[in-house]
Amino acid sequence: MESTAPDRLGAIAEGDALPERTFTPTIAELFLYSAIIWNPHRIHYDMDYTRNQEHYPGLLVTGPLQGDWLCQTATDWMGDLGTLERFDFSHRHPVYLGETLTASGRVVTKDATTGRITLALELRNGAGEVVTPGEAVIRFATT
Amino acid sequence: MGALLTEEHRARVGTATSPVTETVTRREIRRYAVATRQRATRYLAGDEAPPLFFQRFFEDIPSLDELQPNGQPSDPLTHGLPLRRQMAGGSRITFHRPIRPGDTLTATRTLTGLEEKHGRTGAAIFCTIEMRVTDADARPVVTEQHTRILR
Repeated sequence: MESTAPDRLGAIAEGDALPERTFTPTIAELFLYSAIIWNPHRIHYDMDYTRNQEHYPGLLVTGPLQGDWLCQTATDWMGDLGTLERFDFSHRHPVYLGETLTASGRVVTKDATTGRITLALELRNGAGEVVTPGEAVIRFATT
Repeated sequence: MGALLTEEHRARVGTATSPVTETVTRREIRRYAVATRQRATRYLAGDEAPPLFFQRFFEDIPSLDELQPNGQPSDPLTHGLPLRRQMAGGSRITFHRPIRPGDTLTATRTLTGLEEKHGRTGAAIFCTIEMRVTDADARPVVTEQHTRILR
């Protein structure tokens, strides 16, 4: 791994793929996330309520948790040498407890003058559908 | 179309919540980092908050009596809108600087948009909420445009 930000920037090319990562959340994990963000919405832990009152087939994996996993795809790739300037994500499909999600990304643009990199990111479900697409802008110092 | 939102609802756009000020602790960062499966040492050690840590850090702490049947407290910005089933839509976030333990931060949330849509899967209301987080010197730390979908 390059030891300075300009070296790292120099080694990045448009089209580079980011390392993929999979997530298979457990119910304990969803509980801890809901607890830390103080989110008592029952669709994340109460199956009877979720099925009978909100008519979903399973407990829902929290949207912002998916956003965080997607964000980690960018920050893990960036490491300590870059700065995250922007991150956008949106939810396309509900994700249910028991599903495995795969996070991936690629370098879309690189501006060697400003040191800014744009990443396209996506979280896919087992059927290959993009459940949460996103985009990140990361800057590496140029000098 | 346009049957859901009344002029009274639309007049809420521009409404802001009272600013909430909180001090970030290393313990809170570490809990968030573990629950979200962070890998970076700086997050797991609590030296720096993961980028999305701020999103729910400023949540109100309502009494249990204020929880609705779905478990959630009502949000003063979207309370009383004609659809009740809520889902996260997405976020657009600009980061000005990282959050670290000891930071005293102030967040203000503003309802910036209400839009209703009628599609194949029924009616939906898209609520856009802007959250601005500033530090003790009133400098910007992070700004988020969040969309919440009511169905």
